[in-house]
Amino acid sequence: MPDVAPSQKEQSMLLQKEMISGHYDALARAKDEGKKVVYTFVPGNLTELMRSFDILPNLPEINALQSGMRKLSGGYISEAEKHGHSEDVCTYVKCDIGMLKKGNIGPTGVKLPEPDLLLLSYTGCFTFMKWFELLRQEYDCPVAMLHIPYQGDGKVHDHYRGYVIEQLETEVIPKLEAVTGRAFDQDRLRASLALSAAAEDDLVYVLESARHRPSPIDAYFGGVYYIGPIFSAFRGTEEGAAYYRALRREIDQRVAAGQGPVTPEGELETERFRLVIEGPPNWTSFREFWKMFYDEGAVVVASTYTKVGGLYDRGFRHDPDNPLATLADYCMGCYTNLSLPARVDLVEQYVRDYAADGFLINSVKSCNSFSVGQLLMLRQLEDRTGLPGGFIESDLVDPRYFSAANIKNRIESYLQMIEQKRTAGPAA
Amino acid sequence: MDVCVGIDLGSTTTKAVILDSSQREIGRGITNSRSNYEVASSIAREQAFVQARFNLTHQALSEDSRLADLEERFLPVLERNFRIQHYLEQLQRLEAALLQAAVAPRHRDQRRNIEPVLETILAAMAGRAPALFGALAVRKSEFFRDLAAADYMQLAEEAADPKGVTFDTLSSLFDQAILPVENTGGSKALEALIDSALDTTLVALATRLSNDIELLRRAVETARAVRIDEVASVGTGYGRQRLPFPKEQIRSEILCHGLGAHTMFPDTRTVLDIGGQDTKAIQVDERGIVTSFQMNDRCAAGCGRYLGYIADEMNLGVHELGPLAQQSTFHVKINSTCTVFAGAELRERLSLGQRREDILAGLHRAIILRAMSLLARSGGISSEFTFTGGVARNPAAVDALQHLVNDNYGEQEINISPESIFTGALGAALFAHRTAREAA
Repeated sequence: MPDVAPSQKEQSMLLQKEMISGHYDALARAKDEGKKVVYTFVPGNLTELMRSFDILPNLPEINALQSGMRKLSGGYISEAEKHGHSEDVCTYVKCDIGMLKKGNIGPTGVKLPEPDLLLLSYTGCFTFMKWFELLRQEYDCPVAMLHIPYQGDGKVHDHYRGYVIEQLETEVIPKLEAVTGRAFDQDRLRASLALSAAAEDDLVYVLESARHRPSPIDAYFGGVYYIGPIFSAFRGTEEGAAYYRALRREIDQRVAAGQGPVTPEGELETERFRLVIEGPPNWTSFREFWKMFYDEGAVVVASTYTKVGGLYDRGFRHDPDNPLATLADYCMGCYTNLSLPARVDLVEQYVRDYAADGFLINSVKSCNSFSVGQLLMLRQLEDRTGLPGGFIESDLVDPRYFSAANIKNRIESYLQMIEQKRTAGPAA
Repeated sequence: MDVCVGIDLGSTTTKAVILDSSQREIGRGITNSRSNYEVASSIAREQAFVQARFNLTHQALSEDSRLADLEERFLPVLERNFRIQHYLEQLQRLEAALLQAAVAPRHRDQRRNIEPVLETILAAMAGRAPALFGALAVRKSEFFRDLAAADYMQLAEEAADPKGVTFDTLSSLFDQAILPVENTGGSKALEALIDSALDTTLVALATRLSNDIELLRRAVETARAVRIDEVASVGTGYGRQRLPFPKEQIRSEILCHGLGAHTMFPDTRTVLDIGGQDTKAIQVDERGIVTSFQMNDRCAAGCGRYLGYIADEMNLGVHELGPLAQQSTFHVKINSTCTVFAGAELRERLSLGQRREDILAGLHRAIILRAMSLLARSGGISSEFTFTGGVARNPAAVDALQHLVNDNYGEQEINISPESIFTGALGAALFAHRTAREAA
């Protein structure tokens, strides 16, 4: 999702950077152009529905991670702490509140518009609800809330789906109509959903290209760039669909040429380790963090973080024939809405499908949606795959919680452990 | 002879271990890490090579049956003579550095008085050297800084004059001078010091060994002439990136501690290492290969430095803490493993009238509790369980660990080697040996 492209860039990265900064510019002009702005989150975002009302989405957690990459988050977090937010609270929230308190200048330096509506369409992260409560106090604007049932037993039941559709019909759509003064246009929504599905096909193709040896992509550090448009404002748009077509072509070329992933220091020439990563990345030291991997020839072949905005690689596609049901399924299918056993199954499947040498967990204490139960996942995955698991700890956007020496030490130790096991062969 | 070297650059001390081609340890060295890793590494390495040389000499003597009974009389004297000469050489450099420091403008008024005081102190220190390294001498530390500081400060106190050259002046001069002395190698190569120690020893023993002196000299010369070729080296520890080794010769200390512990105690399955700034819980398989590990994150609370800080707060030496804590008779619960908060808690409890030894026992338990949580996270404790790192030398920490291990995992013996501080360096040397074998 970042738009700060690495120094060595793929074409698609340049395109993505333009799209994202273009969206910030569009947000800055929104009020002058009479457009409505809705704040919403990445997981469970109803972009097609909003776009069908000509609404521009603004995504606070994207702003936070962008600020993190631009070294702005530390100051915002201190600002939020001055206003009474404790040190242990989700740092996305504090970064956002701090940015707001300092004038709401977005990461690209343009002012962000105030929301006409806060649309909470995912409650799998409890913090989101509290976050919007705080924003509601600040902006005194209407809130639409979609309660999303948790997949406690690993399934989406029909009555769950019915419950979400009913809320879409009685809560979300009427509020969007009220804010924009327009009537809901189902055909526009269907058209948008068709564009989503096409982009989703291409994204899955790109993510699955990591099955090749060498993998042409890094599915975590590169992956966060690839998911940028589809997880933010561009799902269901022509622009978004075109981006994924271009990306797919680019990756095809890399596969044909037998090339490895592009890192900020050029193409990775030797793939020494194939890893699966669970958990979000650290944004404040993103480059440094990435370097710790590519310096050792470690490539991430699959990651769970790139599924927070949808598990397309498990078969889900937005379906224009069932517009509200598909939105309901989308909201319930985000990665953090999965039960712990389902998450363990998913990572195990990734390890096998992508022939990984191991899996690593980046645990972010302030993000409970991810971190609760991660050590248990580690043990279970070690048992099931017979591969060593690694465990590191950092934070999303609080630069104080990235201890480079400690993390590097753990990553190196972990990779050397894999290497040692590999050269020694299986234990007797 | 071909040897492999392992160097462990810890945050507190730097260790070197030398193995011969059959993986037998023939030398080791240790020094404090200070701020200059490169110097620390070269000093520890030099020490290890000197010891290797003594070992070769020992071997040469023991191989000749005619010399076998001389060995016991000769070698310890040789080693003592070497250490005295080494110490004297360091004192000379200390004196030069002190005189240099006294040139600073702020000592202008006193400079003429300072010089003779320093000369007197240093002469007295040199005079004490033979006793310091005497056959039965007990030294609290093997580091030059500690040995020199103890004598210097005592002599400075006696020589100080509140109206002239004050103790503060003398002590600040020492603080200034000790750094360059520690941070540069000696002017004489250590090998040359061995030669002169040898001469001194032979002269001293000449009358007592009259018949065998030539035989002895030849055996020693033979040992001295053996070429020691370093065929591989591996660095580890916190400062490993700063070692002058190529990347492939650097191993994580987790792997080195795992392999080192396995070598010391071959049935080891779980290793706990508490070092200066980190605590590691490591699981190894029957070959010493690491299968999982956990480390403290972000903060060094509950590591060796915590004890160092507490020792400073109490005006004690780190080595005095454990024995004192063992005298505890009352259970005091310390909640904080944050080093700074623990200092505050310590002062508060002292002010409430609680006994030092009880508080100290509580502090030791607090550290071990944190280690227990890391052990649990890494997969628990499986037999055999080996405890390594500087803190393994602290008896109160060991007691607390034993107690908590028994409570949580059932009766379980803890392996602790008196050489445990060298575990990481030993592991590194074994990796070096492996590298050399693969290359051959």
